[in-house]
Amino acid sequence: MESLAELIASSPVFAGLEDADLALIAGCAQNVGFEEGQLLSREGDPADTFFLVRRGRVAFELHTPDRGGLVIDTADAGDVVGWSWLFPPYRWHFDARAAEGVRAIAFDGACLRGKCAEDTRLGYELMKRFAQVMIDRLQHTRFRLLDVYGGVGVG
Amino acid sequence: MAASASAEAPLHGVMAPVLHRVVSRTRETSDTWTLELDPLGEAVRPRAGQFDMLYAFGVGEVPISTSGDHEDGSRLTHTIRAVGAVTSALCASDEGAVVGVRGPFGNEWPLAEAVGRDLVVVAGGIGLAPLRPAVRHAVARREDYGAVSVLVGARTPADLLFLDDIESWRSRLDAEVDVTVDAAPAGWRGRVGLVTELIPGAVFDPANAVAFVCGPEIMMTFVVRALADRGLATDRIWISMERNMRCGVGHCGHCQLGPTLICRDGPVYRADEMTRLMEVREL
Repeated sequence: MESLAELIASSPVFAGLEDADLALIAGCAQNVGFEEGQLLSREGDPADTFFLVRRGRVAFELHTPDRGGLVIDTADAGDVVGWSWLFPPYRWHFDARAAEGVRAIAFDGACLRGKCAEDTRLGYELMKRFAQVMIDRLQHTRFRLLDVYGGVGVG
Repeated sequence: MAASASAEAPLHGVMAPVLHRVVSRTRETSDTWTLELDPLGEAVRPRAGQFDMLYAFGVGEVPISTSGDHEDGSRLTHTIRAVGAVTSALCASDEGAVVGVRGPFGNEWPLAEAVGRDLVVVAGGIGLAPLRPAVRHAVARREDYGAVSVLVGARTPADLLFLDDIESWRSRLDAEVDVTVDAAPAGWRGRVGLVTELIPGAVFDPANAVAFVCGPEIMMTFVVRALADRGLATDRIWISMERNMRCGVGHCGHCQLGPTLICRDGPVYRADEMTRLMEVREL
């Protein structure tokens, strides 16, 4: 059975970190599971935790009065759920719900934030990696704004 | 490549539509219908990837890819999205209505190139329609191919075409089918995101795979890049282009894209031959 540090090291976002950093991050982590439909986070709640999906699918939902719930993105195995723990006001911007049974690693973001403040090298390393996750999401979101499948036909 | 109408018939022959009767009309989504057409004259037999010019009498003519099995004989299957006057008129054609058909035109998906290799099919939106005959062909002759992966993107779950086919392919143990949408109502258990996001996890060996891609041009550009990032050579990626096809036989020039006429030389092109042209903004 793989240790938490090994599981974390095998994920794209943490791959290549030094053993000492991985051990420190693993110290802020625990295995968690969610049944289908269960919330991992709720919009507006304090974002003291983030997740690394090991199995299953997480749906990011936004709710509007006129359109009800809308799934705006999903995360699958290897994906990170949540970056609000890194930035004030440290609150979730959406609901994260298990679209199916989910196994994940939950990280104590508040604890890790403190460690990043003490060790700025680690803090910079994590910031770079989460910035990459955010850039990927931003590019995908921009592309979807094009509504390419909607299209405008002439025939 | 199969001989197309442009190669085997005199011009006056290919310009005269053959009357076809609508024998069934199936609503696929809010704006897309599939018509089954039986010939009232000589049968038109398009192959996977080819297109016909469908004529709504009194309204106009549009190019529509075949979306049915080319082994079916003389009956034609065309899936049409109502986006303008002609396509709306065709989609509104009830059973018994008569439409005109010219064709088949253009080349076909190079299924022979994929024999003995893994086959990756990437479809976006209505782009699944021209690919459906190729996927049906591949699963019907499953032993001819290595891994078969079908990746489908759509705007919403309600915009997904051919749900019966998708479920049928998905239920096979020897084919991988992955679907993603741009947005979905709460409760959707599938993926939300770009079709390109499906490519890193798709089952195929880049060293021995062939890809067929069809969808909006910008989507195909990004899909070709994502497939190339996985290590698939762009001379083994095939894309289906769409332009303003009118005559279907390379005479009118409406579908010219740089040095090529899509109706005559395409619509299926190797990605390495087409992507540079697609990046020229003026074309």
